[in-house]
Amino acid sequence: MIDPTFSHLSDLAFEGAMAGYLVALVCHALQMASHHVRRQSPAAAATPALVAAGGASMTADTLSDRSSAADGAPAGEAEPLGRGTEHRHTRFAEQIGRAAVIVTVIGFACHVLALVLRGFAAHRPPWGNMYEFTLMITGAAVATWLVVLWRNKFARPMGIYVMTPITVLVFLAGTVLYTRSAPVVPILNTYWLNVHVVAISLSSGVLMLSGLASAAYLGRLRYDARVAAGVVDPERSATRLPAADKLDRIAYRAAIAGFPFYTFAIIAGALWAEVAWGSYWSWDPKEVVALASWVVYAGYLHARATAGWRGKPAAWISIVGLATIIFNLFFVNMVISGMHSYAGLN
Amino acid sequence: MTVAAKHVIRYVVWLGRALWRQLTSMRTALILLFLLAIASLPSALLPQWYLNQTKTATYIKDHPWLGPILDRLGFFDVIASPWYSAIYLLLAISLVGCVTPRTIELVKQWRAKPGRAPRNLSRLPHHAVVTASDDPAECAERIRIALRHKGFGGWRAVVRTEDNGAVTVSAERGYLREVGNLVFHLSVLGLLLTMAIGSLFGYTGSILVTEGDGFCSSAPVAYDNFAPGRMVDGTDMAPFCIQVQKFEAAYDANGMAKFYRVQLGVQSGAAVHSDRYTEHMLNINDPLRIAGQRLYLLGHGYVPQFTVRFPNGDVRTYSAPFDPQDAMFTSEGVVKITDPPGYSGDAARKNQLAIVGIFAPSGLVTDGILTSAYPEMLAPAVAIQVYRGDLGLDAGQPQSIFAIDTRQVDKGLLVSQGRKNLNLGESMTLPDGTVITFTGAKNYVSLQTSYDPVQGFALLFGILLVGGILTSLTIKRRRVWYRITPAAEGGPRLSTGSRVDIGGLARTDEAGYGAEFGSLVALAGAPAMTPESAGEPAPLTEEVPRSEKERVT
Repeated sequence: MIDPTFSHLSDLAFEGAMAGYLVALVCHALQMASHHVRRQSPAAAATPALVAAGGASMTADTLSDRSSAADGAPAGEAEPLGRGTEHRHTRFAEQIGRAAVIVTVIGFACHVLALVLRGFAAHRPPWGNMYEFTLMITGAAVATWLVVLWRNKFARPMGIYVMTPITVLVFLAGTVLYTRSAPVVPILNTYWLNVHVVAISLSSGVLMLSGLASAAYLGRLRYDARVAAGVVDPERSATRLPAADKLDRIAYRAAIAGFPFYTFAIIAGALWAEVAWGSYWSWDPKEVVALASWVVYAGYLHARATAGWRGKPAAWISIVGLATIIFNLFFVNMVISGMHSYAGLN
Repeated sequence: MTVAAKHVIRYVVWLGRALWRQLTSMRTALILLFLLAIASLPSALLPQWYLNQTKTATYIKDHPWLGPILDRLGFFDVIASPWYSAIYLLLAISLVGCVTPRTIELVKQWRAKPGRAPRNLSRLPHHAVVTASDDPAECAERIRIALRHKGFGGWRAVVRTEDNGAVTVSAERGYLREVGNLVFHLSVLGLLLTMAIGSLFGYTGSILVTEGDGFCSSAPVAYDNFAPGRMVDGTDMAPFCIQVQKFEAAYDANGMAKFYRVQLGVQSGAAVHSDRYTEHMLNINDPLRIAGQRLYLLGHGYVPQFTVRFPNGDVRTYSAPFDPQDAMFTSEGVVKITDPPGYSGDAARKNQLAIVGIFAPSGLVTDGILTSAYPEMLAPAVAIQVYRGDLGLDAGQPQSIFAIDTRQVDKGLLVSQGRKNLNLGESMTLPDGTVITFTGAKNYVSLQTSYDPVQGFALLFGILLVGGILTSLTIKRRRVWYRITPAAEGGPRLSTGSRVDIGGLARTDEAGYGAEFGSLVALAGAPAMTPESAGEPAPLTEEVPRSEKERVT
């Protein structure tokens, strides 16, 4: 029944994905770090003389620099002469950022391969237990992240916010949740498994990215507030995070892409429950928490359109939504027993 | 009417309006949404009566101080609790209060023509100037028709002539966005309503039927377990009868089930109680739909059988379904013998027998413990403990069919007569000479009947809900204005042409309008020779109220 070769190859591919994401994470971290030392180079120490020499031009330069940093565009080209080290730092950040994306893509390819091979190993679609399900959700989150990057090059520096939780989840999938490849119980042996589980995992992945973008948004707001309060000198430690409103926009777009999809997934689940359990809605713990997530995301979309709730409060709601999704994924399956107990963990 | 009375009425009206305004405000709706999310969580975190009664009872027993308080407050039946109902009722009212004025507003907008062109189109976020070869009136008509035939979401356009002779075309699209939004919200309400009606007028009944036996759904009492809605009295259930003819299951080498199904004979409608049966193979994930009711195959198990030879010489056969405990169908249960022959009156009640134990379809004894090694019946075995005494069934309290009331044992009313492991055909002799022989086992199926008169509407609202949200999130509201003036000033060479000023405004979601605006410009004519007019987008002015920019509800 189970093909051990495919199963083994799938495990290897999983390790490839894990390695790819870890390297991406390191690259993102280096990218962040390289920018924190920007103005501490010896060349920067020599700049006071320049300021004294041409105050006006320096002001203009600083302004343009700050705005380009805010946009996350490579600031290196705009740097005046005499700042070679800085230039190198910026270029290094740019290159390491690009490297992060490349290894993410490689990791993602392995991730997909791991799932496909699991399918071949068990002769069934690869979303039949918690290990595979978690790989589906994280895979969807990474795919969404790559789409965001493809459409918005400036988003790259938020990779640390995105890749950290995803890497942790993938790691947990491979350690705590890992189950040997096996066939599914008869009740799962229906096309509804494909409709409901695929929809719920992919939409959860998209919504997850929305929450992570909101976290990055709050991070950027905090930075801006510290700059405004004079605690942080943007000259000494610049942030590479995109401007707050752009991050907010990414979060919103991911939410409006994920929300109807998630709604559909819940309704598909209700349709399946109607043929499998005798009732389309049973207030099973998994259903209840999914409804809670749905309500929170509905709240987010409303908050985003309500004066006084835009910005920070809405972002926190989005993060609460992310928390409920993760809670539903782990806690409800592993601690609470209900009708959705197909995790294959016991 | 006295002045005081007038004051009171005025105050009540004022209070009512203030409360209504407060309840239907977005802030309140948001807070209610969060309350709903938070209030749902206890039903996932705490055991619930409707999901698992034994677990809930155990939880309350284990928490003698907190348990009863939580139970009193409805934390073990969250969905039916007054506070949960209060939240979703308030939310429903708030929804009505939000949706009603918006529906009226939408109808008004639908009837009204797109608004007049702003005086200065160059101050709009999108602006362009082109020239056209036809004169203003013709040009305007041409643009109007072109807009009509343009893409999904439909432009509504109106041509006006301004005082100074300029012809304008005002056009707007994306009305469906608001329609989708309203459909979404109304569907949420509809879904709430259908769920409520379904739970009032619907019911579910479950029953275990042994292979070879039958069952008729004529009254609630026919079921082992019957959960009626509040408005169900069980008098007018459409009856149907079934016969469980043959149970089939297949397993792989590891004991993992490949499938299981049951061959039924079914009677419904006029055929009930006749001898005509329709054959039906009932599968999981595929209920049998009879006269509005649905019959489900939910599970299966074994019914071990025992032959008992009583001291008076009577020989009788007893059996009972056992509850599967693991994937290999190691099952627990009890055979209750309530009317032992050879006793009469009170003595019969005090000499009831209970064969309590474990059944294994493929028995494997390790360290004296019987478990099953495979779900199919290859080497059936039981490990039984026999009790004699009063089972306590007369107390009026319903008992589990899988267990004895252990309080009777604690009270000394039920006394153990010994325990033994039996393979097929083996016997156990009790101290009084009663011989119990394990003679085999049959299959049973656990079936459920469900009835919900309005679940078709739930499906309809579900579809509308998804359709509504998709429409409202994908369709964008756009406005465009064309002001067409004769290009006469340009000299005699251009006397028949027109100059077209175009201004565009995205009422929701600016992204993507740039390219679309380009195509709107292109349908008016060729780019003008005056590059200075197609300048940078200017900041918004009072023509564009901020509040209109982006609204979800």
